[in-house]
Amino acid sequence: MQLHALRRAAALACLAAGGAAAQPTPDTQALRREIDALRADYERRLQALEQRLQAAEAAVAAPPAAPPAREPAPALATASPAAPGGRGLDLTLILSGQVQRTRLDPASYRIRGFALPPDAEIGPGTRGFSLAETELTLAANIDPWWRGAATFALTPENELEVEEAYVQTTALGRGLGVRAGRFLSSIGYLNAQHRHAWDFADAPLAYQAMLGTQFADDGLQLAWVAPTERFFELRAEVGRGRSFPGSDTSRNGAGAAVLSAHAGDDIGSSHSWRAGLSYLRARASGQELAATDSAGNDVVNAFTGSSRVWIADAVYRWAPGGNPRQRNFKLQGEYLHATRAGELVVDTAGLAAPGGFRSVQSGWYLQGVYQFMPRWRFGLRTERLQPGNPQLGANAGLLDPGAGTPRKHTLMLEHNPSEFSRIRLQLANDRARGAGPTDLQWLLQYQMSLGAHGAHGF
Amino acid sequence: MISHCKSWIGGLALACAGLALPAQAALRVVACEPEWAALAQELGGALVEASALTTAQQDPHRIQARPSLIARVRNADLLVCTGAELEAGWLPLLLQQSGNAKVQPGQPGHLAAADHVRKLEIPASADRSQGDVHAAGNPHIHTDPRNIALVATQLTRRLQQLDAARAGEYAGRGAAFQQRWQQAVTRWSAQAAPLRGLPVVSQHKGYVYLYDWLGLKEVAVLEPKPGVEPSVAHLQSVLATLQATPARMVVSSAYQDPRPSEWLARNGAVPMARLPFTVGGSEAARDLTALFDDTVARLLAAAGTR
Repeated sequence: MQLHALRRAAALACLAAGGAAAQPTPDTQALRREIDALRADYERRLQALEQRLQAAEAAVAAPPAAPPAREPAPALATASPAAPGGRGLDLTLILSGQVQRTRLDPASYRIRGFALPPDAEIGPGTRGFSLAETELTLAANIDPWWRGAATFALTPENELEVEEAYVQTTALGRGLGVRAGRFLSSIGYLNAQHRHAWDFADAPLAYQAMLGTQFADDGLQLAWVAPTERFFELRAEVGRGRSFPGSDTSRNGAGAAVLSAHAGDDIGSSHSWRAGLSYLRARASGQELAATDSAGNDVVNAFTGSSRVWIADAVYRWAPGGNPRQRNFKLQGEYLHATRAGELVVDTAGLAAPGGFRSVQSGWYLQGVYQFMPRWRFGLRTERLQPGNPQLGANAGLLDPGAGTPRKHTLMLEHNPSEFSRIRLQLANDRARGAGPTDLQWLLQYQMSLGAHGAHGF
Repeated sequence: MISHCKSWIGGLALACAGLALPAQAALRVVACEPEWAALAQELGGALVEASALTTAQQDPHRIQARPSLIARVRNADLLVCTGAELEAGWLPLLLQQSGNAKVQPGQPGHLAAADHVRKLEIPASADRSQGDVHAAGNPHIHTDPRNIALVATQLTRRLQQLDAARAGEYAGRGAAFQQRWQQAVTRWSAQAAPLRGLPVVSQHKGYVYLYDWLGLKEVAVLEPKPGVEPSVAHLQSVLATLQATPARMVVSSAYQDPRPSEWLARNGAVPMARLPFTVGGSEAARDLTALFDDTVARLLAAAGTR
């Protein structure tokens, strides 16, 4: 800051000096004298700064002399104000890239029986070499009462997305916390985590199909941790409902509401668990959904109505003696159940046939990740969806429901040279398209973080 | 019927008393590491209810922010941690999720021990290419008992501040502890005199404060960089170093993988000193005094000078 001001002042002084030299008048001579004085002053201050810098470097470079051992306690040097979260701005940058090989064209990807917006980010993404999202997180305490954090995602298409940007209270006490802004919803287990914290490169099919990969909303969240021995937490959210299964509209009031409850504890010193139940209700109005009509053409439908999603999640972790450093194991599973009811206009661009709509769908995944030696982890995920039979009312027979049950199995091998770097190989047998050919997906990716120390969540 | 009612009312009154009790009960001190829980117990006695979030079998750098830990921080009146970024990977998460305003940094209910001692090994730059170095200096301050005394002074002050009604009792307990501790430090220093100047190898840079106190010289470290697991290549290079400058022992902690130290002990014919590191790290190290008794005894045994 100081240096900046100095440099600017010096530049100004030089400019002024140059201008003055062109027209030497008594006025400008006085000005020049002033500038010279100013310059001399700044040079003195610069020299002083340089000397201080050299002294500091010398002090640091000198090997710490072993002080003579003595009985009285060592004298207290300056107490460092450093405390977790008590310092300035925490900055974290996630760098990620990948190379992928898929048997089927990712452009043809769909999850059979689940109608999603045409721009939904589902499937394996692009083939070949590609950059994954670059994520920048800034976080700091604002004042004694608030903390702020923002995460920006730079997509490989050179777009900037505000993934999260929120403020939250730090001084309410009584286990209460309020958050406002855009944030990842607390539903389920994976949803609240940033994707680089996931154990697999992609979201489970159930998340892609029923939450549009990850549900983040603009709104308010109230969290409460109960004053009990066992961990018990309630979170309630109201928000705009801007992302799937909601849709962004210009309504007053809330478009989505979330309730979640989680409990967790240790069993002995080596085992721990967390389990929860969440409920999401979101309204959609004129939500565009991609579908295929009975003639096999791609059409866009419009859905107006409400969605309810129930999620049951459970995580179990094992670490011998509570020390995960050598070996550890994590088992997690979630079950999602989604109901959508309202009106569906089939083929908005052509037929535009309105009718009632109701669907009841569900899905689950189960995954285990084992760290068999330091730095190496191995994981297996298996998942399945139940598309159900949507009731189309007057439009029955206009759309092709497809056939088959979406299924997927994924294998993962991970090498973590340090806490901050990861190289992951993932192989998936993907039958999300239902009946028909199976997609085989190979993925090699890196994920690295630089900046502030990432926290080890549960 | 009436007697029934009476017993009901009695039961209700008892239940009410039971509910009311926690309000006037002991101050709940939650420590990030076992040594601070033990210190709080020494200084608070029956006035406090002290517990640690981690054990001596766990690596304090690598702790998962488990739900049970969030619940413990939620209910704490005073949080005592090492600080100096030792808990940077998990404590911020616990603090944010606990919703407990009393123990946030800067509050009287948050004590960072490392803020109150002279720190060693403060790096010129905290570049991650140097491994998991802490910008604030080496955080393992509790391995020097003189630091324990400094932290004890601060902890007594905090206990008095938070539980002002019993400030006198804390003052008495604090003074008694300081006197006891000063005598013990003198005893340990005398016992450990033969260790002065001995060259040692450490598995992790976890004992710089202990070495500083007893005058041991660290000639090599098995971890190539702080927090990075020892590799075979690096162990070989340490072995080569030892041919030029022989060490008298290889020092590791209870929570660490014993194999790298065992390998060096076998191949370099160096005795092993497996130290408890903190309270609970060995059978003997049941409290703070026993921790240093055991540590000094194990060092002397390894040096063969007992």
